[in-house]
Amino acid sequence: MSDLQVSIYRYNPETDSAPYMQEFQIDTQGRDLMVLNILAMVKEQDSSLAYRRSCREGVCGSDGMNMNGKNGLACITSLSEVVKDNKLVLRPLPGLPVMRDLVVDMGLFYKQYERMQPYLQNDTTAPAIERLQSPEERDKLDGLYECILCACCSTSCPSFWWNPDKFVGPAGLLQAYRFLADSRDTATQARLAELEDPFSLFRCRGIMNCVAVCPKGLNPTRAIGKIREMLLSNAT
Amino acid sequence: MVTNITNLGRSGLSDWLIQRVSAVVLAVYTLFLVAYLLFHPNLDYATWSGLFAHTWVRIFSLLAFISMAAHAWVGLWTVSTDYLKHTAVRFGFQVVVIFAIFVFLVWGVQVLWGA
Repeated sequence: MSDLQVSIYRYNPETDSAPYMQEFQIDTQGRDLMVLNILAMVKEQDSSLAYRRSCREGVCGSDGMNMNGKNGLACITSLSEVVKDNKLVLRPLPGLPVMRDLVVDMGLFYKQYERMQPYLQNDTTAPAIERLQSPEERDKLDGLYECILCACCSTSCPSFWWNPDKFVGPAGLLQAYRFLADSRDTATQARLAELEDPFSLFRCRGIMNCVAVCPKGLNPTRAIGKIREMLLSNAT
Repeated sequence: MVTNITNLGRSGLSDWLIQRVSAVVLAVYTLFLVAYLLFHPNLDYATWSGLFAHTWVRIFSLLAFISMAAHAWVGLWTVSTDYLKHTAVRFGFQVVVIFAIFVFLVWGVQVLWGA
């Protein structure tokens, strides 16, 4: 079996005037490795390659990247899932500024996340021990709290590409709903007011790229729909 | 806080609702016209003119025109804010669109009640 053809986006702003694609040949010995393993093998050939990684098991969300045109986590994406015609093309997450090679500046992504005030707010007196939730109330947070902020969803969303300074993006909106749906949070009205303008939430056109790429199998589009329902019932 | 002054409803929620409601009106009006044309294969001027002599058809048509105007304003405003990054170009496009919508709407009223 011939070597895997790996094509990687390279850009070092200190030495390159423009980004370019660099080709590598990797001998996988017929094994169905994860894409992150391939990156490690490439780095043995060229130690100047830069990419983020940490837990290598789909928990930390560091190695989000574009693999053969689709965003995902390199550590839990096997070659058999993405490789076509023995070729693997790796690019940084689209839409965010590239700092170097596969490393992007996540500043705008985090700024939108921060704007959603992703922490519990409750203006009632704190009970002696803890704020209790019924099992049913807790169930509402399933499918929301699992997000690891890898940015695969937001950077696959054209609305986020065009207006990353105004549209919160699927990841931020999923977290907005995570706190809107929480029975212990009392800042519901303030949270909804922040989302009522034409950009923050309503720039979502429901194309569901976010759902197609989420490595954790979450559904931001459904969360956005739920927020829309809350806004509508609040205002009509 | 994101602010806007050139979108139709000044709020994303109202723009969204206007877009959905106007889409339903336009769909029903389109079905009505297509059905009418199918049931009148040899349509002549007198029959067509007779249809629009009914007050309810005029009201229905005006509702469709207004829905079209609102739908186009919301939709094209969204397109302009996605793709036109230069403020002067974007604002110029929005002015032209709103002006054209106004002209078509007044013209539509004249067609419906003028004859």
